[in-house]
Amino acid sequence: MELASIALHLTYAIALLVLTSMGLAVIYGMMRVINFAHGEFLMVGGYSLVLAHEAGVPLWIAMFIVAPLVVGALGLVIERVVIRHLYGRILDTILATWGISLLLIGLASTLFGHQQRGVAPPFGSFQLGAYRESYYSVFVIGVTLLLTVAIFVLLRRTRWGLTARGTMQNPRMAEALRVNTRAVYAWTFAAGAAISGLAGAVLAPLAGVVPTVGLVYVTNAFITVISGGANAITGTLLAATLFGTISEIGTRYGSPVIGLVALLLAAVVVLRLMPAGITGRIFRRSI
Amino acid sequence: MRDGRRRFISSAAAGTAAVALPAWSSRLAAQGNEIVVGSIYDASGPLQVFGQAKANVLKFAVDQTNAAGGLLGRKVRIAAYDTQSNNQLYAQFAQQVTVRDRANVVFAAVTSASREVIRPILRRGNTLYFYNMTYEGGVCDRNIVITGPTPSQSLQIMQPELIKRYGKKIYVLAADYNFGQISTKWIRRIAADHGAEVVGAELFPLDTSNFQSTIAKIQSASPDFIINSFVGPAHAAFYGQWAASGMKGRIPLASQTFGDAGELTLMPKEITEGIIICTNYYQDLDTPANKAFIERYRAAMGPEHISPLAMNDYVGWQIYTTAVTKAGSVERNDVLKALESGIAVDTPAGRIALDPATHHCSLDMHLLQVRDGRYQVLRRAQAVPSTELQGQCDLIKNPNTNQQFEPKI
Repeated sequence: MELASIALHLTYAIALLVLTSMGLAVIYGMMRVINFAHGEFLMVGGYSLVLAHEAGVPLWIAMFIVAPLVVGALGLVIERVVIRHLYGRILDTILATWGISLLLIGLASTLFGHQQRGVAPPFGSFQLGAYRESYYSVFVIGVTLLLTVAIFVLLRRTRWGLTARGTMQNPRMAEALRVNTRAVYAWTFAAGAAISGLAGAVLAPLAGVVPTVGLVYVTNAFITVISGGANAITGTLLAATLFGTISEIGTRYGSPVIGLVALLLAAVVVLRLMPAGITGRIFRRSI
Repeated sequence: MRDGRRRFISSAAAGTAAVALPAWSSRLAAQGNEIVVGSIYDASGPLQVFGQAKANVLKFAVDQTNAAGGLLGRKVRIAAYDTQSNNQLYAQFAQQVTVRDRANVVFAAVTSASREVIRPILRRGNTLYFYNMTYEGGVCDRNIVITGPTPSQSLQIMQPELIKRYGKKIYVLAADYNFGQISTKWIRRIAADHGAEVVGAELFPLDTSNFQSTIAKIQSASPDFIINSFVGPAHAAFYGQWAASGMKGRIPLASQTFGDAGELTLMPKEITEGIIICTNYYQDLDTPANKAFIERYRAAMGPEHISPLAMNDYVGWQIYTTAVTKAGSVERNDVLKALESGIAVDTPAGRIALDPATHHCSLDMHLLQVRDGRYQVLRRAQAVPSTELQGQCDLIKNPNTNQQFEPKI
């Protein structure tokens, strides 16, 4: 049963990385926009959940509808006002999205205060061998799995996904085929933001929210997505599996510091051996 | 908060102005009639949960002094800096505050790591320094006054009580820098003194927020209780995960830092239930002095939660103004002499006396447990001295000591 507990924690560590990186992966992988405000999208998602729940909205509606909608809408606005003017200019986008990140942290501090807020985690706990485990960890794993499957189905099997992938590969050709590429960019960015919003909301009961909560996740999310390489969705899954496993083993048998160091070392090794990221070498035909 | 931003903007503007103006003009300003207080706190970044509240309370305290006619008839001005949760900025701003602002006194630092960055700078600059935090204890330096509780005040009261109530196996969770490391040594030492043992100790970087495997490790060790020295918003994620895992209530949880960022008011009751702390102040402290303080603070600054850490700045300011009034001067040596003459002040946190030999304070301590979203008092102790330095640190006899003593195990 010790093994079952380790397996659960391992899966959870991987799911946590996937969940916090997926929105970034969609935006970076599809659009080559490096979104430094990714952590703050998670933060706004968390606040949407907490504030909606405090206002009497049922928890599940707040989590699965309110938070993604709010952050998706925020994404649409940011794309329209800032990102749209900076496509193809990676350095400028980094600077602009970093500015947005600081702005959102400042706004959240001003509007909501800087003290921690939270929602009690729903569900109870169960006995797994000698250990008490929370159902919520299982729930986080389930949500991540569903989200990943949904993204793959959407991009692989639907007309919208085909159009989006076509636009990203060759915008001029897509335009020639009467695709409104501007709209595709806008909706892709909004979709990435909405995914981050959902992730932020799912994590809020476990981690609480403060204006700076995004900073906790953003480093690992960037390491994961960048190590994933060109095909961001598959790459993120592979990198998260690798890094999640390594850091969890380091944490379990060493200490949290060793886990963190192991994750960073693994990233260095991966990028040294595969400078274009994992999917730069394998799974090159994935998305 | 709004004031914090405004102050940040104005200090940024002041910074620009100072770069633009020739040096003599700022020196002239410093020689003017104002008394200058340096306020160096993290008003942004992850540590803003602590720093902003401290900067706000200090501003409130200084405003009150000015409204009452100033200090020695002189107006008091705050030179405020936002260190953005970045220790490098502490070094930079500590230089600025001594050299450019010529501050008469500096209130600064949230973490012990940042305190150790600026303590030598302020000592070298002959600028009196107030550190107003719960900390790991042991600092012996004539240039510093410390108003918060040390382990010999908090842990020394809490830990024996926990051992008596729950048992002798202790698990320690702590932030991975000098505060958490030295606090963990204290916990080991106090455990040894009481025939108890630390069965596990884990240190966490400040951005650790996933505690699943830690919770499993705690269960393997099955301690009788846990003490944490968590710092910052990432670590606060532990409480929710602990509750979600169903372990809350199975293993008692005590903390050296819970409540320092208003956790009690904003975290759900299901998460906070049962947590035990030992503190020198809490907002609901039921005394006329505290009620009057809260009322005045609310009227001036808004409904923000007053944490023990923020209260310590108010106490620090009371001690400083009392010493200055007694000395009739703001010169460092005169103020130090007054501080070492045996100063005691009546504060919202009770009567607090400064020990001349150690520059630490004797504090009223409260052992509290969360029940249904409120603190229930388990025990109170009046005027608890900071004893861990006694015998080791005597700044009257050896005024040149500059050292941090650690517990011997």
